[in-house]
Amino acid sequence: MMNEDIELKDPVLPLGRPTLGSAGETGDWRTYRPKFIEENCIKCYKCWLSCPEGTIRVDAHGEYPYIDYIYCKGCGICVHVCPGRKKQKALEMIPE
Amino acid sequence: MNVKIPEMMDRPEVLLRGNFACAGCGLSIAYKTSISALNRPIVVIPACCSSVIQSLHPNVAYNVPTLNIAFAAHASAASGIARAKKMRGEDTTTVVWSGDGGTYDIGLSTWSGAAERNENIIHFCYDNNFYSNTGAQRSGATPRGAVTTTTPRGKREKRKSIARIMAAHDIPYIATASIGYLRDLYTKVKKASMIEGYRFILIDAPCPTGWNSDPAITPELGELSVKTGYFPLFEIEEGKLTFSKRGIRYKDPINRLSIEKYLEKQGRFKSMTSEQTKLLTDDLQYEWDMLSKLE
Repeated sequence: MMNEDIELKDPVLPLGRPTLGSAGETGDWRTYRPKFIEENCIKCYKCWLSCPEGTIRVDAHGEYPYIDYIYCKGCGICVHVCPGRKKQKALEMIPE
Repeated sequence: MNVKIPEMMDRPEVLLRGNFACAGCGLSIAYKTSISALNRPIVVIPACCSSVIQSLHPNVAYNVPTLNIAFAAHASAASGIARAKKMRGEDTTTVVWSGDGGTYDIGLSTWSGAAERNENIIHFCYDNNFYSNTGAQRSGATPRGAVTTTTPRGKREKRKSIARIMAAHDIPYIATASIGYLRDLYTKVKKASMIEGYRFILIDAPCPTGWNSDPAITPELGELSVKTGYFPLFEIEEGKLTFSKRGIRYKDPINRLSIEKYLEKQGRFKSMTSEQTKLLTDDLQYEWDMLSKLE
């Protein structure tokens, strides 16, 4: 009787769907947050390339990157790889 | 090394944010870069860290079709998919994405069979030197002297050379890449996707949690592994080995950085004796000598 409620349009498979934030809002894992300093950014996008999480977002070529703080885990890779302008990094880690 | 970052930015996002990967995960960087280079990929994942970071049912962090399969079945499952897609005339790329446990040890027989049949698969192995998803046990890829939960005094044996085992199968394309050189990795994946047959790409992917290193220096460890000669970068096409442009200068031991620079940044090598370091250096030189013979 209970089986009538199940729609059999989709095959019954253990099928997952791509979801943003599938592990929750992972931003609460971090103790330090990267802070973006626009005037030191040379738009090399190395931070975008090396971010494991994909939380460095760039809307279009030639635009400044920004950080999605909801999911950023605060590993600090972006700060480490940033070449900056005149040895002044465009990213720095600050305590939460 | 002619790929530009804006070109890579045009590719679709394959790993969605908010997944279960540790902060500073080397595997995530490798996955994002490699899979985004492929057209219509279907990824087969055995039990490994990749099956952990995809998160819990019914949510998946991967934005590409993914099949989770048993450890020792990855290449056989991928063989079936690749053949079925070919019969149906669909233009897809079938990929095996496994860790070093699944490639060096448990999955060896299954990929060996698929390589012998020359199935149309790209096999990626992200090498983090141990069984990371079960909590850092020793694997065939663990280097001499590294501390894992099953080798508390450092591993006594040398690391297996998977690329040379793979080369013995005479497959069309073998490459090694490091997450310290992501554009090099991207170029190699693009190149592999143009070739038909069984292709293998070994990626050095540091694991800050298991290696006991700072998460922020994950890409730097990738670079250091190349610069110290720990991880040679090369391609083998039709049995002919060529060292990559990025790695060829480290063929000569004089150009290499001292191995201590690489070891001191990782907690797993903290208790290493000078004798073990010497043996490890000899292992690396032996590996370079053996690879040079394939040139």
